[in-house]
Amino acid sequence: MKFTIQVNEGPYQHQATDSAYLFTKAALEKGHEIFRVFFYHDGVNNGTRLTTPPQDDRNIVKRWSELGAEHDLDLVICVAAAQRRGIVDDGEAERNGKDATNIAEGFRISGLGQLVEGAIQSDRLVVFGD
Amino acid sequence: MSKVKKFMYVNRRAPYGTIYAWESLEVVLIGAAFEQDVSMAFIGDGVYQLTKGQDTTGLEMKNFSPTYSALGDYEVTKIYIEKESLEERGLTLEDLQHLTWEDEDDDWAEKDSIQLVSRAEMVKVFADQDVFFNF
Amino acid sequence: MLHIVNKSPYDRNSLDIAVSYKADGDIFLLIEDGVYAAMKGGAAAAKLDGCTVSVLGADIAARGIAEDKLIDGVSVIDYAGFVDLVEANEKVQSWL
Repeated sequence: MKFTIQVNEGPYQHQATDSAYLFTKAALEKGHEIFRVFFYHDGVNNGTRLTTPPQDDRNIVKRWSELGAEHDLDLVICVAAAQRRGIVDDGEAERNGKDATNIAEGFRISGLGQLVEGAIQSDRLVVFGD
Repeated sequence: MSKVKKFMYVNRRAPYGTIYAWESLEVVLIGAAFEQDVSMAFIGDGVYQLTKGQDTTGLEMKNFSPTYSALGDYEVTKIYIEKESLEERGLTLEDLQHLTWEDEDDDWAEKDSIQLVSRAEMVKVFADQDVFFNF
Repeated sequence: MLHIVNKSPYDRNSLDIAVSYKADGDIFLLIEDGVYAAMKGGAAAAKLDGCTVSVLGADIAARGIAEDKLIDGVSVIDYAGFVDLVEANEKVQSWL
């Protein structure tokens, strides 16, 4: 079965992204397809490579990147939400005249249409949030 | 091309205190281009999104309430308001914006987008959907 | 329909609302702080009367809730079970 996962909250503040990650991992282990993981609202903060959690804690951002690399996941950060919250890739830095980028490996910034397309193309949309 | 899906956007949050209401509306507007069968439900504090007379000047925030009146132009014409949620908050439909759409199959007659439904009716509306967007 | 509730019933009204939307055959999955609703002796447990309820085992364990502290009839599932529930239910709603 094909799933799209929506993550509405950032790392550490809420358990939402942990639940989303563990669900995604379990779905992949069961042989399901994750069509897309879409990060919205403060969820876009899951995609900054500048986080430095303490060593005895999980690294939420890196964990998504690694799962993404292992399973060729489409980790999409909403552009409108990202612009508000300062998540920047090369294209966004260029377009908006920013002097730095912070997007983590394996994530990409794209439009809200990606969420809608995910809902259309997938058998299930599962939303994790506050 | 896959079949048209029934999308239900469930609005349960008040505006301004958090950004959920505004960013959810952005999804609805973008999603309208995908030509799915779209409905919106306003339940709980979600009904506060549609109140008349919002003025955010003092907050220095964007007043996005006028955007709802454009939904008809985006062919979002099925807007369900839960009766119990309104009553619980001491509101009536009169306190909410009047949302309409123009029916091109009926000589562009202006029609109400808002349907006031009881919770029991909303359960049936939900039973008829394919995908729920929760924010 | 699979109703997912992730908020403590003592803090927010998500569970009340979700339960009031129950239709025949619906299933309630409690995750994160939502699992507190399924604790025996809690005032909120009665809200789940007549509902088919699952809780995420990892979430109860993290909160120090032993399985024997749960109300009768609750299924304790892992994330794989969560995936199965989503697969088995055509409609899924998260009562955020």
